[in-house]
Amino acid sequence: MKGFDLMAVLLNPEFSRMLVHGVKMTFIIFIGSWLLAMSLGMVLVAVRMLPSRIADGLVAIYVSYHRNVPTLVQLMLWYFGISSLLPDSMQMWLSDHNGESVFAIIALGLCQAAYFSEDQRSGLRGVPAGQWEAARALGHSYLGAMAYILLPQAIRNAMPALVNHTVSLFKNSSLAMAIGVAELTHAVKEVENQSFRPFETYLIATLVYLVCSLLLMWLGHTLEQRSRMAGAA
Amino acid sequence: MAMLQSMFEIVRDNWLLLLVGQYPNGPLGGISATIILSVLGIALAFPLSVLMALAALSPWRALRWPVTAIVYVTRGVPLLLIILWVYFVLPVLIGQSVPAFTTMLVTLVGYEAAFLSEIVRAGIQALPKGQTDAARALGHSHLGAMRYVILPQALFNMIPSILSQFVSTVKETTLGYIINVPELTFAAGQINNRLLTKPFEVYFILAISYYVVCWSLTLVISVVERRIAARRTSSLTAAASALPATPASASGT
Repeated sequence: MKGFDLMAVLLNPEFSRMLVHGVKMTFIIFIGSWLLAMSLGMVLVAVRMLPSRIADGLVAIYVSYHRNVPTLVQLMLWYFGISSLLPDSMQMWLSDHNGESVFAIIALGLCQAAYFSEDQRSGLRGVPAGQWEAARALGHSYLGAMAYILLPQAIRNAMPALVNHTVSLFKNSSLAMAIGVAELTHAVKEVENQSFRPFETYLIATLVYLVCSLLLMWLGHTLEQRSRMAGAA
Repeated sequence: MAMLQSMFEIVRDNWLLLLVGQYPNGPLGGISATIILSVLGIALAFPLSVLMALAALSPWRALRWPVTAIVYVTRGVPLLLIILWVYFVLPVLIGQSVPAFTTMLVTLVGYEAAFLSEIVRAGIQALPKGQTDAARALGHSHLGAMRYVILPQALFNMIPSILSQFVSTVKETTLGYIINVPELTFAAGQINNRLLTKPFEVYFILAISYYVVCWSLTLVISVVERRIAARRTSSLTAAASALPATPASASGT
């Protein structure tokens, strides 16, 4: 086995290019699916608040499916299964335009939306009913009471869970390698295959993931602290 | 409808592969391997996690710091990357090749131990401080208080969280697919490679299989959770209703 030499990987133009591209793809997948998950999560919470038991049941089924089926299986179902049901012209177009990344963003986003919606819903339920009544009694409209009184408190309640799930979404972006997205873990496997330096390559990837996750945790913690009101428990 | 029919046909032709893999003629696979992997993973991780939690709460810094570091690294790095690490490091460490199943088991034990230790730690910290104080006042050492007073109560309250960690473990075994562990996802991959024309049907069957397993486990958890909550509140109300009589009974004993 060769001696430990981090620079042999980092300074090689080919390897460093692959790793940088991997980091870039990881962030594209992460940010894309986060935005999809957050917005869809809000829609799901709103649908659940409709006075319809059918709507409530449908969202419950959606959440239950995405929480009880492994994320990797959901990715495979989208990439291998659902893509095969699309019309041929669309399949061709997708395979020309990084279809695997699109499906990774869709699958991870839809899956995480289930978790985010549950976080937001329990945040909303944590706001005492009196807040709502008081807001309406003070003359706020439905939307006004939501926007100025209820949601700020709900988000505050939901913050810790949302931060945790954001970090796990970031880590789950590595699953996209299973369907061939050239993100960081995929790049690491490639570089390792070509450089025969598994230790160095894995170390680099581990540090990148670790630093990013810790930054996300720290950012979440800071936001939590700043959004806390003076005097509130 | 045609899709439903072909799904039934796939299950009819391959149910044995999905259930036990190529078992009599090859390694155990399919759903049984998934379950065995998760049960062994949690069962081996649990004692380790209790030790880690005790270390994290111990008064000795030399024990606290390494455990905290391990927990942070495990929480910050994707499981997939840890699998790759173990896949590469384990054979180098023990000097011989390691089957994929063992690689996956070792990874899961380490990964789950870190997460379970956080659950155990939270469970211990959730107990009223008076329990420790009372145990110490009665003459227990730090470890004795943990062993006889704190842990029995904390572990009982933690059963639902440990079970839900088990559900996550079932889902995490799918990542073994990357290093060709013969479990359920791997079996579905084999079926898909053989049929080639029915990917949606195959992976939908796979999703439903996992759903059934995890969903029934979730049901079990909610039943257990309710029982534990009932037992705790009933013992609380029993204590509360016994309160006026306490001085008398205390003097009696």
